[in-house]
Amino acid sequence: MRALHLKSRFRHELPYHLFLIPGIILAVLFCYIPMMGIVMAFQNFSVFKGWLAGPWVGMDNFQYIISMPRFGQVMYNTIYISILKIVFSLIVPIVVALLLNEMHGQKLKRVLQTAMYLPYFLSWVVLGGIILDVLSLEGVINSLIQAFGGEPVGFLSSNRLFPGVLVTTEVWKNFGFNTIIYMAALTSINPDLYEAAMIDGASRWRQIWHVTLPGIRPTIILLATLSLGNVLNAGFEQVFMLLNPLVVDSGDILDTLVYRLAFNQAQYSVATAVGLFKSMVSGVLISVSYYMAYKFADYRIF
Amino acid sequence: MKYRLNGSTVFAVFNKVFLILLGILCIAPIVNTLAISFSSASAVAMGKVRFFPSDFSLDAYKFIATRPEFLRSLGVAVIRVLVGSALQMLVTFISAYPLSRENRDFSMRTFYVWFFMFTILFSGGIVPLYMQVKSLHMLDTMMVLVLPTALAVFNIVLMINFFRGLPRELDESFRIDGAGHWTILWRLYFPLSLPAFATILLLAMVGHWNSWFDGMIFMNQTENYPLATYLRSIIVSFDFSNVRSEDAALLASISPRTTKSAQIILATLPILCVYPFLQRYFVSGLVLGSVKG
Repeated sequence: MRALHLKSRFRHELPYHLFLIPGIILAVLFCYIPMMGIVMAFQNFSVFKGWLAGPWVGMDNFQYIISMPRFGQVMYNTIYISILKIVFSLIVPIVVALLLNEMHGQKLKRVLQTAMYLPYFLSWVVLGGIILDVLSLEGVINSLIQAFGGEPVGFLSSNRLFPGVLVTTEVWKNFGFNTIIYMAALTSINPDLYEAAMIDGASRWRQIWHVTLPGIRPTIILLATLSLGNVLNAGFEQVFMLLNPLVVDSGDILDTLVYRLAFNQAQYSVATAVGLFKSMVSGVLISVSYYMAYKFADYRIF
Repeated sequence: MKYRLNGSTVFAVFNKVFLILLGILCIAPIVNTLAISFSSASAVAMGKVRFFPSDFSLDAYKFIATRPEFLRSLGVAVIRVLVGSALQMLVTFISAYPLSRENRDFSMRTFYVWFFMFTILFSGGIVPLYMQVKSLHMLDTMMVLVLPTALAVFNIVLMINFFRGLPRELDESFRIDGAGHWTILWRLYFPLSLPAFATILLLAMVGHWNSWFDGMIFMNQTENYPLATYLRSIIVSFDFSNVRSEDAALLASISPRTTKSAQIILATLPILCVYPFLQRYFVSGLVLGSVKG
């Protein structure tokens, strides 16, 4: 009886399994087998023996990383740049959404939003190419600075300015998109609340403080907790496009270090070890951020 | 949200001016690049070009049209967008269907959900992926551009959330009529999910068009570069050394800056073409739905 039940259940569910076969094959080939490849971090890679057959070296690769003179600086850059990005990527969209919300004129509002999130859909190659030109010594910004009598500024060659360039251009690319999310949250606030606040004599600022901000609080908490997973993600594609030897001290991050170790210096095992370290920390952070988003904002990814 | 207060006109004017400036600031760099691409090399070198072309010239575009590298990488990009997006949509669609069922309907659903979610949480990093691609003999093939990207877990999640919002009754009535899974999927879910489908398709196409890093590490031969990867290579370093001699007249009126700008603009053009559609679907449907959960 039970066997029959299992059998009919199997027959009922078989198509579901079949539907998932392509996805499973892809996940195994390009995610799970490479995951097992992290054993490379504990081996000494040899071109001749194949990629999983090198001699075991224990924690040597990790010791080598820690002894690298650059490593401390790279960790510092990664965390410094990513935290600045997280903070500004959180604040700017909220402010812009609040200001847009205060503005009258639906048509202008739409036009402005369209302009603001256009960069979101462009790649870092395109944006990087534009930024490299605009911020270069002959670029339009320096030409404007000189027109007003200033000295040209080496935005892309100064260690002092480079992290700021990274944060500003990151916000430029992405703030329009998050602004839309906040705008959506703003429209779902009950207008009666504003009316009630007005009757109570609340000024515009008090309305924002007591009605608008609490209204979008769940969205703010959600986006803040989800961004936690990015603490070791300082934005590889962007940094890789803009990094040059002059600003390597302030702009070199974990991902660019991995790339250089692997593809310029062929130190595959060391690169894997750095990647594994980053992946583990990020995995924990993402899990924590999803848990917090679930706990505080009732967010469920599935 | 109609509320007005006295004495707020100053703020209103200031606010409007600020936001308009911000909006202009967002697209100003792109306009600058556009202006450079339509200007002559000498005008650009003198720093005369800001937001309008100076000494209008199409020479940069004419020069690009004669570059076989540009056209070849454009071809690779077009194939990659078409094949890659089609594959990604197929995998997304058929994976989202079983994963959107109830647990009592599909007893192993939770296991599979975690199986796919784990690939977001943890990855082996770029080196093991490179080694795996190499051992599959996929370096320098189109496959490496379209297969790893075919599994897009976040898009599957979006699709699942959309499927779960569809009325269960329709599904049940199809079943009572004796429809199989394929019929339900293509006759019921596909037509109903067209808005979500269109949004994810556009995202997949934009993603493939923009993607350059995979082309850079998995392609050893530059002739296999998709457009975005090729674009990166010329942005980072561009030299005129391998240009044919009959181009000499054209060469005098162009510079690396004008040709780079022209190629950046050409690579941006397809995105601008789909932008109105992206905006319509994206803003109205998906973002709101996915964020509200």
